[in-house]
Amino acid sequence: MYAQLVKSEGTKAREEMTPEEIAFQERIDRGEKIEPKEWMPEGYRKTLVRQIGQHAHSEIVGQLPEGNWITRAPTLERKAILLAKVQDEAGHGLYLYSAAETLGVSRDELMKLLHAGKMKYSSIFNYPTLTWADMGAVGWLVDGAAIMNQVPLQRTSYGPYSRAMIRICKEESFHQRQGYAVMMKLAQGTPAQKRMAQDALNRFWYPSLMMFGPSDKDSVHSAQSMAWKIKINTNDELRQKFVDQTVPQAEYLGLTVPDPDLKWNEEKGGYDFSEPDWSEFFDVIAGNGPCNKDRLGARVKAWEDGAWFRDGLMAHAEKAAARRAQAAE
Amino acid sequence: MPSLPDMTTPQVAELARQQAQAHPAHPTVPQPDEGQEALFETLLRIGDSALVLGHRVSEWCGHSPALEEDIALANVALDLIGQTQLWLGLAGEVEGQGRTADDLAYLRDAWDFRNLLICERPNGDFGHTLMRQFLFDAWHHEMLKGLAASSDPRLAEIAAKAGKEVAYHLERSSDLVVRLGDGTGESHRRMQQALDALWPYAGEMFLGDDKDAQMAARGIAPDPASLRAGWDATLRHVLTEATLQIPEGDFSHKGGRQGIHTEQLGYILAEMQFLQRAYPGASW
Ligand SMILES: [Fe+2]
Ligand SMILES: [Fe+2]
Ligand SMILES: [Fe+2]
Repeated sequence: MYAQLVKSEGTKAREEMTPEEIAFQERIDRGEKIEPKEWMPEGYRKTLVRQIGQHAHSEIVGQLPEGNWITRAPTLERKAILLAKVQDEAGHGLYLYSAAETLGVSRDELMKLLHAGKMKYSSIFNYPTLTWADMGAVGWLVDGAAIMNQVPLQRTSYGPYSRAMIRICKEESFHQRQGYAVMMKLAQGTPAQKRMAQDALNRFWYPSLMMFGPSDKDSVHSAQSMAWKIKINTNDELRQKFVDQTVPQAEYLGLTVPDPDLKWNEEKGGYDFSEPDWSEFFDVIAGNGPCNKDRLGARVKAWEDGAWFRDGLMAHAEKAAARRAQAAE
Repeated sequence: MPSLPDMTTPQVAELARQQAQAHPAHPTVPQPDEGQEALFETLLRIGDSALVLGHRVSEWCGHSPALEEDIALANVALDLIGQTQLWLGLAGEVEGQGRTADDLAYLRDAWDFRNLLICERPNGDFGHTLMRQFLFDAWHHEMLKGLAASSDPRLAEIAAKAGKEVAYHLERSSDLVVRLGDGTGESHRRMQQALDALWPYAGEMFLGDDKDAQMAARGIAPDPASLRAGWDATLRHVLTEATLQIPEGDFSHKGGRQGIHTEQLGYILAEMQFLQRAYPGASW
């Protein structure tokens, strides 16, 4: 997901917990929200910083693959919709960095970790957007997968994170509908457009399934995060839900999901489907996806090229404050 | 290289004469009334500037120095794209050939574009982009004030709506020019360099031609020269506070509003029009 493979810290059995930790866990179990100034285990704080930070980074790196088509959007209306969407993603980044700040880590610190390759962002954004249909596929599938994960996170235990998710989810579902509308137009268009739509689905299907991360049934990290309600569902549950929701949507478009083994399983009330190639996933996570270097390079360049700008604003603010102080004397 | 038949003047003229006989001339198309043509032109001039500058600004998306700037620049670009839809939409209506705003944006070649040259200048560093925006906003604001008082209510209505947006653009770009001009040594130097580099593209905003004169005489659009005083006042005020020097010299590149552009516009259009050109007639 936007937060894939987030390690959680300090997994403890109940008998090893301090009374404070027990009281904390009980609050979470009762469904109470944890607020910034309240006591929390260090592991909870660290895990959240990692997860929220990774989520924030995903939003801002996620601007790039779609930003790639803004100047080539085929109509003025499509250009405006796409630009507004990418702008929303920057806004999501802002809310999430602010949520992380309540845990005592600044946006600049998190960005430096991202730029140094010490924090990750979602694997999906390391895939290229090669045709206009990718603007449809990304909205439909990538925002769609993000929503799958983020809707339950509205109930997460950490107050600021939960509130950020509530704001973000509204916009994400709008993005998904817009993406689907782009696909619809192509699927109903000329043969070339239809081909474009199918090609985008072919390329984005498995990377979208990877967004949920590998099966976590054996993962201790997941168990701890779930106990803390930082993670609400297992990766497999969400992936299944996503497939079940998306397959009929593809059928409605007249497109074929690129999985010959996909079939409805009456007994479980869901589809059976092929796993993505997890070795590809681990390659991408390790930095070897088709666009990792370009994406991170673009973020680092924006940051470095913008240093003089940020310094200039800071210096002006200091001068202005000094002038005000002098005037007050 | 194979040799070509001699292309002496009499032969070419004779060929043309024979062709004309084989294909008789088209029936004469009624000339559009001249006022409409000047109005069409005026609408392209303002609409194309919004389109081309909006395109340039949108190039920053995801690459600016701070998240707040990504968001703010997207706002400016969105406003300009929205204004383009209105101006070019009306242009198509006035032209009366059934062309939509999209047809005008995506299916004309550079020589039919009427934007100011400053709008197509490359983004450069972020200071360059901001200075371009400031110089343009200060003009755009005056221009829209004039258009809001147009004797043609269709123009007045669009200008009133756009004017509110542009008042905010100007406020924002002025503020950043001041803060960066009076920031660090480096930010000051970069802003001054941007101003110096863009200065020769500013004068074009105030150069009128006979189409402008027609529009001004009919009270449809302001005379470009009349916008200069307001623009000068804004510049003096903002640049003084920014501790920046207004460049000497009044040389100005020109031609954008008549369809003679810099080399940049062709690349902008190649990118912008790619899908419409590669898949003619498709709907998106
Ligand atoms: Fe988002
Ligand atoms: Fe997203
Ligand atoms: Fe989104």
